[in-house]
Amino acid sequence: MDHASHDASDYAPPNELGEMELYHPKTFLGKYVWSQDAKVIAIQYSITAIAIGIVALVLSWLMRLQLGFPNTFTFINPSNYLQFVTLHGMIMVVYLLTALFLGGFGNYLIPLMVGARDMVFPYLNMLSFWIYLFAVLLLCASFFVPGGPTGSGWTLYPPQAILEGTPGSREGIILMLLSLMCFIVGFTMGGLNYVVTILQARTRGMTMMRLPLTIWGIFTATILALLAFPALFVSALMMLLDLCLGTSFFMPAIVSLGRPGEHVGGNPLLFQHLFWFFGHPEVYIVALPAFGIVSDLISVHARKNIFGYRMMVWAIVIIGGLSFIVWAHHMYVSGMNPYFGFFFATTTLIIAIPTALKVYNWVLTLWRGNIQLTIPMLFALGFMFAFIHGGLTGLFLGNVTVSVPLSDTMFVVAHFHMVMAVAPIMVVFGAIYHWYPKMTGRLLNVKMGKIHFWVTFLGTYAIYLPMHYLGFLGVPRRYFAIEGTSFIPDSVQYLNATITMAALIVGVFQAIFLYNLVWSYFRGEPSGDNPWKATTLEWQTEHTPPIHGNFGESLPPVYRWAYDFSVPGVKEDFIPQNVAPKDVVYENTPTTPHGTRAS
Amino acid sequence: MDQTISLTFWVTGIVFVAVNLFVVFCIVRFRQKKGSRAAYEPENTKLEWWLVGLTTLAIASMLTPGLFVWANFVNVPQDAAIVEAVGKQWHWSYRFPGQDGKLGTTDAKYINDQNPFGINPSDPNGKDDILISHPDLHLPIGKPVKVLLRSVDVLHNFAVPQFRAKMDLVPGTLTYIWLTPTREGAFDLLCNELCGVGHYVMRGKVVVQPEAEFTTWLNSFPTYAQTQLEQKGDLQLGKASYAVCAACHGAQAEGNQALNAPKLNGQGEWYLRRQLQNYKIGARGTHDLDVFGKMMAPMAATLPDAAAITNVSAYINSLPDTRAPAMVKGNAGKGKDLFNATCSVCHGATGMGVQATNGPRLQAMNDWYLVTQLNNFKKGIRGNNPKDMHGPQMSNVAAFLNDDQIINDLVAYINTLR
Repeated sequence: MDHASHDASDYAPPNELGEMELYHPKTFLGKYVWSQDAKVIAIQYSITAIAIGIVALVLSWLMRLQLGFPNTFTFINPSNYLQFVTLHGMIMVVYLLTALFLGGFGNYLIPLMVGARDMVFPYLNMLSFWIYLFAVLLLCASFFVPGGPTGSGWTLYPPQAILEGTPGSREGIILMLLSLMCFIVGFTMGGLNYVVTILQARTRGMTMMRLPLTIWGIFTATILALLAFPALFVSALMMLLDLCLGTSFFMPAIVSLGRPGEHVGGNPLLFQHLFWFFGHPEVYIVALPAFGIVSDLISVHARKNIFGYRMMVWAIVIIGGLSFIVWAHHMYVSGMNPYFGFFFATTTLIIAIPTALKVYNWVLTLWRGNIQLTIPMLFALGFMFAFIHGGLTGLFLGNVTVSVPLSDTMFVVAHFHMVMAVAPIMVVFGAIYHWYPKMTGRLLNVKMGKIHFWVTFLGTYAIYLPMHYLGFLGVPRRYFAIEGTSFIPDSVQYLNATITMAALIVGVFQAIFLYNLVWSYFRGEPSGDNPWKATTLEWQTEHTPPIHGNFGESLPPVYRWAYDFSVPGVKEDFIPQNVAPKDVVYENTPTTPHGTRAS
Repeated sequence: MDQTISLTFWVTGIVFVAVNLFVVFCIVRFRQKKGSRAAYEPENTKLEWWLVGLTTLAIASMLTPGLFVWANFVNVPQDAAIVEAVGKQWHWSYRFPGQDGKLGTTDAKYINDQNPFGINPSDPNGKDDILISHPDLHLPIGKPVKVLLRSVDVLHNFAVPQFRAKMDLVPGTLTYIWLTPTREGAFDLLCNELCGVGHYVMRGKVVVQPEAEFTTWLNSFPTYAQTQLEQKGDLQLGKASYAVCAACHGAQAEGNQALNAPKLNGQGEWYLRRQLQNYKIGARGTHDLDVFGKMMAPMAATLPDAAAITNVSAYINSLPDTRAPAMVKGNAGKGKDLFNATCSVCHGATGMGVQATNGPRLQAMNDWYLVTQLNNFKKGIRGNNPKDMHGPQMSNVAAFLNDDQIINDLVAYINTLR
């Protein structure tokens, strides 16, 4: 008996719900286009998200070209600059990161990791992707309407978002708001799938506390999404009504550009509260899946159980819960009642505690581990450096007084890029290098991976580290140009140019990753079913890539938690979740010719 | 405030270095080697609770002073003086309460070109409010002041980095910051909340000076009552003054390219007055490279006082509006996109000029003159004089017109406006 294992048991309870009936498509369109297989849907989400993400990446280059080399490029002017800023932000946060983590990774990994054949509502799941795609197309359409897309900042604050004086204040913002509303509808459909599948379709023996942290992260993030997105939905609808029907939810009586406005009685702060009630959980919707995934990456590639699994689960849940009561830390200088600052600074700094705990546990997982410096591990380590940095700068911004001089400066931009962009993207890359073999049966090329990692990691640090200094100097964000002040030294221009060069180089080098994805599909080293010797169920399928229905004749029973690595006395340094204690091979156990325990 | 920032910096800095070093140590020490195997320790509750406890202490050590400083930030001293900063796209202006110490009430419905602050005409408290319609605010050193923040259109943010305090201006509400300036000097004021295309050029200055100089400065501005009494210009007197100008600008103020004198008829009175004033005080026309501006400066000096300026401006404005001939060649199609994206917001969709945004009329004026002025703004030949209150904004804007072609395209489009 392996007493050494954390929670292994020979007993797996019987299957309560019975088998799920799946729709088996016969045609090419049915299998790969209108697919109800969560794995295909996941790939559809991922390709769409990455494609629109590349658009947003190019927009960021355009912004950086202006900031690094002001007044050099004739195709960049103060108006389209704001459009670049806005679309870059909105696409990255919502259409790339949220879609990729929940729609991409969620769809692929949830059924496999919980031991289900597919999501519980496969048709709804399929619809959710097509609605997401429609939302993306609506957003792209805003580039082609008169006036172009909205230039109000990704935060879309009224009154300026719907007034002349801001680009895209008519057709552009209408399409943006409609696109967001569509996105939310689609993600509610997807979200219901993820939550219910995790709660109801776990295979026998898979208790909630045996789920890998990837699932806990995605699960909690999905609950956050289901509760938070409605706030964005209503605020988008209210802004549309203000613009199109003359209501005054957010619009007070004003005189803009010499002309009296048509509205009276509204309050712009209402929008900000609604937006950030969504907006703060949104950042955790992106971060929590990243936290979960990186825990699994570190664990597998250090051959060591994640340290403090129970506390890690609690931390994810507590962070999720607390994320709903910190939103106004985005509004410290908004003009809201200043006494709110006391409350929100306190809750914000409290949320730092479970977050710090997670960081300690990742680090303690490395302690006395057996660290394989594989590409996924490199990216996981990159995540840790970036997140530690970004999380600590969050303490400046969370503390209300310290936040005031730093609000609306490049310090904020540097902070949120570190925690929302650099850290999660490290996880995205690490996760793709990790799960690509499961999806395709081949390993991604290691040489290309190393170049990709080092340029991305060092490059993104080179971009965002100096930016903190710019913020401390007082350089504001969303400024087309920062000429004409007396307190900003000329050397800032050199810093801006360096940041731009780093950004362009990092951007261009992502081509290596894209090339690797395609090249390795055809010429990559075959990986076998479980190249990383991981314990979770997705690696225990009979086929690689897994077929429709994921597992073979019967669903695997689960006998242990997801982290039995390097269990003392056991021959292999890992025990898959679906291996019962009686089948474990010990170092001194006689084995049959098949390598199983001789009884 | 600064101490809390430093404390946060040191606490986070130490944690950053310590944790990162530990990570590096682990990577090196526990890297996979032949025969190595990881330890198996699912959890260590005691250690985790210790870490939570220490973290809580560190967090509390930053939050506590932070909240005390915030209490200071929020509570305005009883003896603070009052000033109101008014933000609109894309300018700052200010209002002091005057002798009675009270600001008059305001409302959006009262705002027009003659009453840009929107002061309620029937509120007696407003009559003696001192109005500063340009972006430089002066404050007396050492005296606490509460800056009331009012926006007439969209969200803005009053931010002077050296003051550390900043706050959004929210239309429909009144917000505030308070401070006691402790250092003399001129500090840049920046808008810190995206407010449209002109956000990055919504600038001003806050000048901190000894009280006596501050009082002198303050008294040089009109009260609201005085601004409402401003006479309309006397056309007869204006015509007499204009005789001097006609020599270069033409009898009908139609302009004369050979003499480098632009068309003036059709231009807004407010703008003519402002430019004459600027020439007179040396805010314009003093730069070495401003060849033609330097010729204009002594001409403005022939107008002895503000009344004379008002009169001649009124007279010019009364002349019939002629159309200047189009001479500049450019791609009006490209110019149109650029104009609509960036210029129309201040100068009007048809280039007729908008007083509220300080954008003069461009339509049907001399195109060669527009080209010269755009170049002058771009190169800092015009608009950079410290006495020029509104020029710096245009100078900052023109900076992005980075070649002659773009300027020609823009002006070619302006020529098509009707």
